[in-house]
Amino acid sequence: MMHAETAPPGAAAPVFYQTDEEGHHSEGSTMLGFWLYLMSDCLIFATLFATYGVLGRSYAAGPTPKDLFDLSGIAVNTAMLLFSSITYGFAMLEMDRDRIKQTQIWLAVTGLFGVAFVFLEIREFVHLFHEGAPPWRSAFLSSFYTLVATHGLHVSVGILWLVILLVQLRKHGLIVENKRRLMCLSMFWHFLDLIWIGVFTVVYLMGVLE
Amino acid sequence: MSADAHHLSGHGQDTHDPHAHSEGGHGTVKGYVTGFVLSVILTVIPFWLVMGNVLDNSLVTTLVILALGGVQMVVHVVYFLHMSTKSEGGWTFMALIFTITLVAIMLSGSVWVMYHLNHNMMPMDAHDVMNNAR
Amino acid sequence: MFANLDLQQLILGRFTIEQIPYHEPILQATFAGVAVVGLAVLGVITYFRFWGPMWRDWITSIDHKKIGIMYCIFALVMLLRGFADAILMRSQQAIAFGSEQGFLPPHHYDQIFTAHGMIMIFFVAMPFVTGLMNFAVPLQIGARDVAFPFLNNFSFWMTVAGGILVMVSLFVGEFSRATWLAYPPLSEASMSPGVGVDYYIWALQIAGIGTLLSGINLIATIVKMRAPGMTMMKLPIFVWSSLCTNILIVAAFPILTAVLAMLSLDRYVGTHFFTNDLGGNAMLYFNLIWIWGHPEVYILILPAFGVFSEITSTFCGKRLFGYTSMVYALVVITILAYLVWLHHFFTMGSGADVNSFFGITTMIISIPTGAKIFNWMFTMYRGRIRFEVPMLWVVAFIVTFVIGGMTGVLLAVPPADFVLHNSLFLIAHFHNVIIGGVLFGMFAGVTFWFPKAFGFKLDEFWGKMALVFWVSGFYVAFMPLYVLGLMGVTRRMQHFDDPSLQIWFVIAACGAALIACGIASQIIMFVVSIRNREKLRDLTGDPWGGRTLEWSTSSPPPDYNFAFTPVVHDSDAWWDMKNRGFDRPLKGYRPIHMPKNTATGAILAALNFTFGLAMVWYVWWLAALSFVAIFVVAIAHTFNYNRDYYIPADTVSRTEGQRTRELEMA
Repeated sequence: MMHAETAPPGAAAPVFYQTDEEGHHSEGSTMLGFWLYLMSDCLIFATLFATYGVLGRSYAAGPTPKDLFDLSGIAVNTAMLLFSSITYGFAMLEMDRDRIKQTQIWLAVTGLFGVAFVFLEIREFVHLFHEGAPPWRSAFLSSFYTLVATHGLHVSVGILWLVILLVQLRKHGLIVENKRRLMCLSMFWHFLDLIWIGVFTVVYLMGVLE
Repeated sequence: MSADAHHLSGHGQDTHDPHAHSEGGHGTVKGYVTGFVLSVILTVIPFWLVMGNVLDNSLVTTLVILALGGVQMVVHVVYFLHMSTKSEGGWTFMALIFTITLVAIMLSGSVWVMYHLNHNMMPMDAHDVMNNAR
Repeated sequence: MFANLDLQQLILGRFTIEQIPYHEPILQATFAGVAVVGLAVLGVITYFRFWGPMWRDWITSIDHKKIGIMYCIFALVMLLRGFADAILMRSQQAIAFGSEQGFLPPHHYDQIFTAHGMIMIFFVAMPFVTGLMNFAVPLQIGARDVAFPFLNNFSFWMTVAGGILVMVSLFVGEFSRATWLAYPPLSEASMSPGVGVDYYIWALQIAGIGTLLSGINLIATIVKMRAPGMTMMKLPIFVWSSLCTNILIVAAFPILTAVLAMLSLDRYVGTHFFTNDLGGNAMLYFNLIWIWGHPEVYILILPAFGVFSEITSTFCGKRLFGYTSMVYALVVITILAYLVWLHHFFTMGSGADVNSFFGITTMIISIPTGAKIFNWMFTMYRGRIRFEVPMLWVVAFIVTFVIGGMTGVLLAVPPADFVLHNSLFLIAHFHNVIIGGVLFGMFAGVTFWFPKAFGFKLDEFWGKMALVFWVSGFYVAFMPLYVLGLMGVTRRMQHFDDPSLQIWFVIAACGAALIACGIASQIIMFVVSIRNREKLRDLTGDPWGGRTLEWSTSSPPPDYNFAFTPVVHDSDAWWDMKNRGFDRPLKGYRPIHMPKNTATGAILAALNFTFGLAMVWYVWWLAALSFVAIFVVAIAHTFNYNRDYYIPADTVSRTEGQRTRELEMA
């Protein structure tokens, strides 16, 4: 197929420059950029899931998921994250209505659920250590701890971020920048919840099923 | 992404929607509550299936909880992350589809490759594994 | 109380004065050389009072053009280091036969081939590619900067921090001996207890963050900041190739990060991902790292394809043949790049069905690549080809790359691969595509865009000399390796017993010497061009008769790139504007909104470097301190809401007035 060459010289020249533009908008890129970051983070988790998928049965004569996991504890943990997801949602709704007080309260509640989640996870790890199941015991435990702790680390960073945003909200109020940041954290938070679905299904539930 | 390439508007800077509207809104109370209720149901069922030993066949249970997990992820994406095919001119959705494809390739590919490797190269039974570890 | 030794360990970790290899003559000479050159550079900077401008205009700059230029300079400097390693290896292999052991003991030789591979990929090819994309993409899409200018600066300094960490390993401690991808179990703590692998890991992790962020940045830029009217199918082809490259970066580098993190957990914490005992599986590392590794190959080559496409259509005076098929080829490669990774380890033993699947996908991926070659040739067909230096690189590329591609398809056949795996045939193949493809592409791109960046062309004679030496040097250096590989000679050997092989290695060493002449010609080219810059000056901003928007602005472009955002009606936008006659607006300038420079990126990168170094040497207090400092600085940065300013309309008017006078003079 041959391409037509450009229009013949002499044809009426259209507008080639935007002479009446307003200021430059780069704000619109943030949400897309942050989403792309989340996708890349998703691939980090995918790598860890793949590792768990391959090494998850390599117990090296050590403890197995059946010996270790306490599903009722995991259920409580899951509930914490689920609650925090909806409370963050409420914070966003309040933000849309420009009600800073309510936004801050819902954010604080979200943070508390997050703290509870991390606390329960640490308690589980301490318990596993006492059971004689540290990460260097077997490849299964190495991949288990790395996957779950990476998620927990993300949640902890999310909490830190949330605290910083609360300070910034106090200082500057619900200005455009802060709203944008709240939306980014919202995506981050819900994304972590999504990863957790994978964790409790593949690691905990399927682990106990074996 | 190739098929859509023609239809994508190139007007990157032209999305001059009012700000409140430009991110496609942040959902409604109804949306969040729907998502939450669905999530609770989709979480409770797999936990109940496994903890209550409801189905005798563990393979069937595995498939069911995997399917429920998948559905719950979709629920989260739709109700909490407000993902739609139109947000950000379709680019976020395309990024999501691309990522899901890659995740699927990586997970299934790794397991497939490593399973065959172990099958071909490490013919060990449980007894050998026990002895090697001790 | 602590014993003396414990106190030293607490403060310096595992560093002792013996770790500085002052007794190795080669390193002494290197160190002396580096010290002399370094002092000379510092002296020149001080003498010309360049410190202030360097800090204000370069180090803290968030201008994509300057960052792009700095990436390319960094890549060229690292190319010298990587090539020095290559020369050492070639001369060692040319002499170490029979009873002659050569001048490099295995311990040192292994570090050199590891450093060579790792530096050439991560600190030469990657920054080169990123640099060209950074420089050209915003200009080609009619934007004033990238989507996240601060992140861009940060990414660059992170890449540099990683590079410096590798260079430090030359003089403090040692570098990894575990090959350029740090294969376990060799790279595990049990086999490589020293600091080498840790240097490798932290250098890559730090530089990897930079690469990932710049990938996200450029995707957002291309998606969000195109000039009005520039639909996806009107994008310049280099922008398309950049988009695909950055998609690959964002989707591949996290895998590398995760895999290296697991390797470091094995080394630091004692987990069992890739160890030989307690359930670990070293082959899992191969599997995972090549899921990153194969896309990486295309991350490097796609931008080069983009450069070649731009140059071919510019110097043939024709629209690119088969633009649409070119775009589809790029997109198909982007996806297929994730389906071929196992061909790097066919011999692992996954069995016939797995191998045949990946063999077939590998052969399929060569189809879009082949289609591109035809597109370039059909663009040249009946074009008015101007054989200037960039175009000559294209011709050299097409011939060389086709050979490399064919040997690649040969290696894609699993039975053939079983014979050739880890042989010098493979080495010849990938140097064939990386030198003949990526490096030639980058050289072509530098020659092509140099006048845009600095306002004068590069000297043509020395450009041609560089080309002749590089191309002939490449063939003389690597064709013997194909022969040796077919004879079954394996890679990574410090010494050979069979003297009949020696002649081939001597020829290869001669090739390396020719390439050295090529590099020398390039250095002379830069010096001569800078000296003759007035004679080589280009006032039009469009020295080659360009087709895309970057040639519509002045050379070097003003800080804001375009006083008025161009409106695009055709895929070769600038060509279209020239053809249909356009009026450059001469008044009605408005203040232009621009981001402010910031030192945060450089500071964060310096802290990351400190953190990396502390982790390598087990200096835990420093690691903890710098880790906290990274967070503190990053968080403090988020409290700065005042990040942009307006270039006043007067300034814009003055700059554009200058441009008007230049255009009249030209």
